[in-house]
Order: sequence, then C-alpha cells, then structure tokens
Amino acid sequence: MSRIRDDYEKSPAGRFEAWYKGEYDPINAHLPVRPMSERELSGDDDRPHVDRLAIRDTTYNRDTNKALRVSRGAYRVLSVVLCLVLIGVLIWMVQYLPDFGDPANPVNNEVSARYIEKGVEETGAINYVSGMILDYRAFDTFGESCVLFIATVCVQILLRMTPDKTGKKPASDRLYEPKNDVIQQRVCVVLVPFLFIFGIYVILNGHLSPGGGFSGGAVLGAALILYLCSFGYDRTERFFTVKTFRVVSLAALLFYCLAKSYSFYTGANHLESHIPLGTPGHILSSGLILLLNICVGSVVTCTMYAFYTLFRKGDF
Amino acid sequence: MSFVRNFPFFTIMLGMLSGIVSSALSGKWARRVTLTLVTAVLCMSGAVLAYAVNIGHSVTYMMGHFPAPWGNEIRFGTLEAFLATYFAGIMLLAVLGGMSHVTSDVDPAKENLFYVLVDMMLSSLLAMIYTNDLFTGYVFVEINTIAACGMIMIRQNGHSIVAAIRYMVMSLIGSGLFLIGISILYDVTGQLLMVPAHDAIQRMMISDTYTTPLLVLLSLISVGMAIKSGLYPFHSWIPETYGYATPTASAILSSLVSKGYVILLIKIFYRVVGFGVVLSSHILNALFILGIVAMVMGSLHAIMQTDCRKMIAYSSVAQIGYIYMGIGLGSKSGMIAAIFHLLTHAATKSLLFISAVGLYEVSDGRTDYVGLRNAGYRNRVAGIAFSVGALSMVGFPMLSGFISKYLFATASLERPSKMIATLLALIVSTILNAIYFLRQVVTIYSGQDEEEEYSTAQFFKEAVAGSSFANHFAMVLLIALNLFLGLGSSLIVGLISKGLDLFS
Repeated sequence: MSRIRDDYEKSPAGRFEAWYKGEYDPINAHLPVRPMSERELSGDDDRPHVDRLAIRDTTYNRDTNKALRVSRGAYRVLSVVLCLVLIGVLIWMVQYLPDFGDPANPVNNEVSARYIEKGVEETGAINYVSGMILDYRAFDTFGESCVLFIATVCVQILLRMTPDKTGKKPASDRLYEPKNDVIQQRVCVVLVPFLFIFGIYVILNGHLSPGGGFSGGAVLGAALILYLCSFGYDRTERFFTVKTFRVVSLAALLFYCLAKSYSFYTGANHLESHIPLGTPGHILSSGLILLLNICVGSVVTCTMYAFYTLFRKGDF
Repeated sequence: MSFVRNFPFFTIMLGMLSGIVSSALSGKWARRVTLTLVTAVLCMSGAVLAYAVNIGHSVTYMMGHFPAPWGNEIRFGTLEAFLATYFAGIMLLAVLGGMSHVTSDVDPAKENLFYVLVDMMLSSLLAMIYTNDLFTGYVFVEINTIAACGMIMIRQNGHSIVAAIRYMVMSLIGSGLFLIGISILYDVTGQLLMVPAHDAIQRMMISDTYTTPLLVLLSLISVGMAIKSGLYPFHSWIPETYGYATPTASAILSSLVSKGYVILLIKIFYRVVGFGVVLSSHILNALFILGIVAMVMGSLHAIMQTDCRKMIAYSSVAQIGYIYMGIGLGSKSGMIAAIFHLLTHAATKSLLFISAVGLYEVSDGRTDYVGLRNAGYRNRVAGIAFSVGALSMVGFPMLSGFISKYLFATASLERPSKMIATLLALIVSTILNAIYFLRQVVTIYSGQDEEEEYSTAQFFKEAVAGSSFANHFAMVLLIALNLFLGLGSSLIVGLISKGLDLFS
C-alpha cells in the first residue's frame, strides 16, 4: 500500500510535481533570501552579501574542515609513493640502457662523427659546441634565446611596478641594503674590471675556446649585479640604464632573428650565403657564429640584470 | 622550388620577430602588430594548405645549410598546414573577441607584454605543429608553457596568480617527463630528428634490443603530454586557470595550447616511435581508460559547479577525455575522430568562453549560473553564441559536436574489445553534457516578462543592432566555423585522413 509521505512537498518528487504545475521555480529557489541591508535599500549595491573572510576561515581551517585534513594527509602519502615509484622505474630502466662510454653505443653514430670531423671546415669554429649550437642546430638555440626573452617578459608582468600618475619616484630602495660598505666597494673596484674583461673574452672567443654567449653572458651579468650591490643604482645608471637594457636586448634579438632568417632562407633554398667563414683559428672567423655569440651574450647579461633589479625594486 | 615552401618558416620567424618588436611598442601598437601578424599567418598558412593539397605529398624544409641528421628541419603536409591555418584563425577570433577585456583586465603599462605573449604563443604553436625535430619540439614546448603562465597571471589578482602557480608546477612536471623521455630516446637511438630516430627504432625492434627503455620513454612522453594537456587525473590546474584568466587567454589556453601538445604527441606516435610499436606497447589502452574516466568525471564535476566559466573549464576536462579516448582506440579512424574532435573543441570552447564573458558583462559582473538569468535577452549575440556552443558540445546535429561524436561511435565499431566501453561512455557523457549545458542555456533565456512577446525576426534584428563590433564579429565567425565543421565534415575528414597517411 502506498501513501503520500509526510514531507512529500520537500521530496524531489514533490518539488518536481510543483514545478510541473508551475507553483515552484527551481532557479528562484536557489537565490539567497534574506532581509536587505540599508546599503542595498538605498540602491547602491544589489548583490547578495557574502562574508568572504568567514568563508575562508572555515574552509581553510584544518581543525574544522575534516575533508581538507584527510585530503592533505592522503596527498602527502600519495605524492611520496608516486615519487618513489617513478624513481624505482627509472633506476630499473637504467640497467637496460647502453653502457656509459662504450664506443659501440648508438650515440656514437654518423651525426657526432660529422660534427667532429667536418665541424671546423663547415662552420669555421674550432669550438665544436659553438659550431653545433649556433650553426648546425641554430634554430633550437634561437628558441632558447626566446625562452630567456619571454621569461624576462613574464617577470616584468609579475614584478614591474607601474609608476604613480603624479610622476613621483618611489622611495629610495637603498633603505634596505648595506650602505656603502667600504670593504665590498674596494674589492669590487679591483674585481669588476677583471670580470668584465673575462666575460667579454669568453664571449668573443666562443668559437675558438670553451665558452660562448651563454657562459660569458652569465659572467657579465654577475659582474653587473656585483657592481650594483656595492655602489647602488646611481653609479650603475651612469653606464647601464633602462634605455641601455631595452636597446641592447632588442637589438641583439632582432639581429639574431634577422641574421638567422637569412641563413636559414639561403640554406633551405640552396642559395649561396655571402657570409665568409674566414680562417679557422682567427678571432674574425666562423661567419655568423661570432656575432651570434655576442647577441646571445648580450641577451643573457640583460636577462640576469633585469631579473635582479626587478626582484629588488620592481623596476629598472 | 616553389616560394610557398618558405611560408611555414616565415610564419614561425614572423611570430618571434613581432614578439620581440612588440616589447618596445605601446599597448595599442602591439595590438595592431599582433592582429596584422595573426592575419598574415592565417593567409600564409592558407597558401601552404592549398600548395600541400595540390602537390599531394609532404615537404621537408631544411633550417640552415645542413641536411637531416645534422641540422634542424621542419616539415609540412596537408594536416600540418590545415592545423596551422585553423589555429591561426582561432587565435585571431580569440584575440578579437576578448580585445576589450584585455584593455580592462590588464594594467595599461603592461598591455604590450600581453601581445608579446600572444605572438610568441602563436609562433611556438606553429613550430610544434611543423617541427620534424624532437628537441625543437621541446624548446617550443617551453616557450609555450612560459607564455601560457604569463597569460594567466597578467590579470594580477590573487586568483589568477594562484592559478598560474598551479599551472606552472603541473606543466613543468609534464615538460620534465617529456625531457627525460627525449633524453632516453637520444641515448638508445643517437638521433633527435624524427625520421632518423624512426629508422633507428625500427632497427631496434627488428634486433629486439632496448625494448624496456623504449617502453619507459613512451610512457614518460605520453604521461608528460597528458599532464600538459590536462587529461583527467592531471586536470587539477584546469578549472582555475581557465576560470580566472582574461577571456582571450582562457579561449587561447583551452582551445589551442592544450591541443598543441596533443598534436605533438600524435606526431611522436606516428613519426618517431611508429604506430605499430605504440599499439603493441599497450600504452594506448591506458590512455583509452583515462580518456573514458575523464569524459564521465569531467562532466560530473562540471555539473557541480555554479560558476559558469569554471563549468566550461570542467567541460574541457571531459572533452580532452574524448580526444584521448579517440587516440586510445588505436585505429586510424579513431585518430581521425580524435583530431576532428580537437578541431571541434577548439572552435566551440573559444566560442563558449567569449560568449560567457559577453553574458557576464550584462549581468552586473555576476559569474554564477543563476546570476546569468535573462542575460540572453540583454546581450543577444552572446546568448545565441553561447547556445550554439552549448548545443555543439552536447552533440546537436548540424553542429560540429555531433559529427565528432558520430565519428567516435563509428570508429569504435572497428575495435570490438573497446566498442561497448566507448559507446557507453559517449552516451553517459552526452547526457551529462546536456544536463549542465542546457541548464545554463535555459537559465539565460528564462525569466522574460510575460507581456513582451518577441517574434524570432525581431529578436535577431535587435541582436544585430546592439552589437559591439569586434567581439560580435568574432562570435559570429566562430558560430559559422562550427556550422562549417558540422556541415562540411566530409571535406575536413578527407584532409585529416590524407594528412595522417602522409605522417607515416
């Protein structure tokens, strides 16, 4: 025998029947109903009032929210288990890989052979690595430079502060740093010129000896940061301002892009590229590689400096 | 050699160049540069597509003076050219549709940086589509990831920064796995370019060496790409990312970025590892199961959402599940269905995100689905666009969603072992899709005052009259694209099938 439940109106079937008969609107029923505050009565704000702080406190408090407590515990255990499994699988796999240093390995094939045997002749660079990354596989390296560029863009989005509309400069950032430390300044006076020269040497000799744009640029960037730490922005901005940064990084990337485009275009269409390779071993040799090393070095220097100064005061 | 062959390379380099130049321009000029760039890429890719269809075979293009195993290469066939054209088109419409919101959401001093990110994103997507070199693929995956992070956080409020951090952590895990996979591949084959690596793997299969590393690298690459495109258990970054970014960014992220990784994965399956090897490794079965779980769970989560954009975001989880299910079927028709669904989803999700924001605008900034009540009458084009998008996702005939569901169903018939699961998942997922999408469509059209009787003609007339141009232009074109995919599907399916043949 069936009979209508006592709370039939509140049950799903009852509400469905009410909706079917047009007595009940499910969408309206979800709208919060509460007395209006004075602000709303005056017509300034007709949104439902939500106490966000209270919601946040109850939601993210682990003492009151059991689900959060459980999920956090499970999360910790699972992430450790997952890492251990991944480590286990990778270690287990390593034993099936080719032995390290075996001359019969698949890695020692015609690809690396040509890089070593014909590298000097084809690229003009005595440093095989430079020849490889800036000539044979220059497209990848261009992508890498763009990774640096776009990383700077992202850090700028995140950290660059917009200047006030009044044009007032933010308070001096030197409040929070050691002021004119004499020992540091004296050491810096001796060290920085050598660092600069060394950085420039590494970049310019990238095609002749180990090094190149990436490592030389890192040295130069570190030297700039060291100088900035010891002498502050006033002294540094005598020779390296926002404008310098913009011009140098833009010019370097643009030149890289256009020069490599020319080289790719001539290569792919089997045209003769009019870039002389020079005599291997001379400083002015190896075609574009020297110039590209300078570009990469500038980009790396600017990126390092920009990261440092953006993190420190939110502007250049 | 025809000049058109240079176009893929031009489009990639142009994207980089405009990104670099835009960093020194004002926001307004950067926007103009971006619009010009995307239009130019669209035209050039169209020309490449015409050329590729004409010659009927694929073309490799040497990036530099050195041929295949030594230098970088890109390659295009019909599928690559079509995808490039399609992605550029969607990108153009997404930028047009969300342009006014970029101006309001982004700090004016940083607006140009947003367009730098868009340029770089387009360029990296094109490179991922065209690349014939695994390491180039990885480099551009990195650019893509960083650009996506920047796009999410450029709104600079708490939500979007949390979303960007989540995205970055998950996405970098994916990149890391992908990189380990490539390193193992290099160790066992000694090659980074796709064709020589493929030959080396074929030789390995014949001599039966290094099978374990091959299995491990295949799973690492698949899982890495699955994380980056947001397959179900790795989907936790999706809802916040898509829900809180600026509309253009949401549209680009959901419809293009996650698809770029899928394309790269398909390329690796076909052109590096070889589809036969992938099939025998059973990795596809894992993707199939995850895809099916995603289809159901994504929709269930979407039903539980009250925020409209988060609901659309969870629906993306389900749609990514469809794509992986199609790949997991392990047949050519399954792959065609997956790629077709990828196109469907790209067109429909941009449409939904852009139109949802059009509805928000007229609803006093409320974002919960009840708050959008009646919004379909206040912003008519957005209402129509949202309804079309929702119907397409549900699988209404004439729209693209129907065709992709049909393709999935027919593809499953070829695989008896997976047929029942596929069909059941399709049915359940379609019903769940209908529940949350139609709920929203009904809400935006309910509550109209009884006295005002509208004739359909009057409704459309007012819709056209009250339009702000760029946004509505984008929505109308996306609707047209959806209809085109739905009605002209045989043409598209033919292109995809031809392109897949050229892959192997």
